[in-house]
Amino acid sequence: MTEPLLRIDQVGKRFGGFVALDGIVLDVAPGERLGLIGPNGSGKSTLVNCICGTLQNETGSVTFDGRKIDGLAAHQRTILGLARSFQLPRPFHSLSVADNLRIPLLYAVKARSGSHLSAGQLNDHCVEYLRLVGLDHKAAKLPRDLTQVEMRKLELARAIAAEPKLLIADESMAGLSHSEIEDILKLLVALSERGITIILIEHIMSAVMSFSQRLVVLVSGKKIADGKPDEVVRNPEVEKAYLG
Amino acid sequence: MQSRTFILVTIAVAAAVFAVAQLVSNNYLFFAGYTVLQFVVLATAWNILGGYCGYVNFGSAAFFAVGAYSSVFLHKAYPLPVPALILVAGFIAGIVGFGMGYLTLRLRGSFFAIATLALAVVLQTLVTNWDFVGGSRGAYVIRPNTLDVFGYQIPYIEYLFLQMLVLATIAIATARTIERSRLGYGFATIRDDELAAEAAGVPTLRLKLIATTLSGALMGMAGAPFPYYLGFLQPQSAFALEYAVNSIAMPMIGGTGSWIGPLIGAVLLGTIQQVATVTISSAVNVLIVGVLLVAFVIIAPNGIVGFVQNLMRKGRP
Repeated sequence: MTEPLLRIDQVGKRFGGFVALDGIVLDVAPGERLGLIGPNGSGKSTLVNCICGTLQNETGSVTFDGRKIDGLAAHQRTILGLARSFQLPRPFHSLSVADNLRIPLLYAVKARSGSHLSAGQLNDHCVEYLRLVGLDHKAAKLPRDLTQVEMRKLELARAIAAEPKLLIADESMAGLSHSEIEDILKLLVALSERGITIILIEHIMSAVMSFSQRLVVLVSGKKIADGKPDEVVRNPEVEKAYLG
Repeated sequence: MQSRTFILVTIAVAAAVFAVAQLVSNNYLFFAGYTVLQFVVLATAWNILGGYCGYVNFGSAAFFAVGAYSSVFLHKAYPLPVPALILVAGFIAGIVGFGMGYLTLRLRGSFFAIATLALAVVLQTLVTNWDFVGGSRGAYVIRPNTLDVFGYQIPYIEYLFLQMLVLATIAIATARTIERSRLGYGFATIRDDELAAEAAGVPTLRLKLIATTLSGALMGMAGAPFPYYLGFLQPQSAFALEYAVNSIAMPMIGGTGSWIGPLIGAVLLGTIQQVATVTISSAVNVLIVGVLLVAFVIIAPNGIVGFVQNLMRKGRP
């Protein structure tokens, strides 16, 4: 087996007396499309925050691309190639849509490669990513002028613009209509075909099932299942967690 | 406009201001103009942290006083020409800014603002009890009436005015350069959403430290010539409420989004205050600021610049 891109080893996190994550073990291979599901409050977002450095795990370790990243700040992890989108879109509301994408290019990509992009190259990259998510006609608008689905696309585009090896999409489809979900799914599959490893966190089962090659289930901060999607959903423990 | 062109234009405007002031050749004009320019520097400096990064600093007077008192200290210990004092004051106030940033930047919103206010109180207490720089009695800083420049005798106040003019030019050019740079984009993301900024690879803590250092240094530089301007310095005048209030009110009234807001606010408010000082009384100054600030918060929360931009947007189809 090849070296995993992301290795989560015995990661634990508490908030006061509440155990949010309890000894999570998870390997993600390069190029994999992983679905992560679990009921509300099961620790999915906490896990993402621990992977991305928004929170620091208290026990265990996270290894990314052969390097231990415990204790690194979030921006350092982004520079290493670990990008995320937020569950609720968090655009830079005073910057135009194009400028929102300029930030990861100016910071994450530049710090990684050390090279300086010219103003022209920067614009080309911005336009490319905007076109990828279908927002090129809104480049000069402010985020407040966007619709809900456009906002989610912007959120994804900004994560993609950091040119990550691993993309974590945290509930990027919640509250969208069926055709909008299709849009986002197509986008994620296209990214996966570019060689980006993707972890998809989602409540919408049809989307998770069609996207994921492997499915992981978290319940109360513990991993209770990990395997092929159709086998995992038939797992009695998973059924119990979801249906009670 | 290219940054270089902008700097040239700024210098040209500054030169024109100085030339016009020379034509009028009234010493009072230099005296009042110095104060207005000093507020241009303070407002621009405040805006680098407050406007660009969104961190409200209530302690501007502390940085101003650090600059002023470093001049008093050097005046007694090792006299230097005023331009050198400005550099030293900028260095010291920059360090204080860095230290304050390091200790407080994990605080958000009103907590950060309160911490900066506390800094001013602590520093004032220190200075009041430090005998070498005059303590609570204050310190006299004797300066010549005129300065000899290649055989020409120029009034000392003109010399100070010129330095504040240069400082204002530097402050504005710095602010404008930041705005258009990678740093400026980084500052904007901090103001908008720090978590998202980190996720996009922006080293937020480092950028905030750059902002507090730079902002503090410029405020300190604005304060350095102050003892020479007054001839006498006491803690109450260096830590005066009007510095803290004006540095916040001027950018707010002008508009915090860009370099021109603090400039407009400082020139407008500074001039009104100078006129009021002569025609009514100096005590009415803070009242004017208060009334204007309340009016602007209600009528034009984004300042004059924001108000004009809104009008222009509505004018378009």
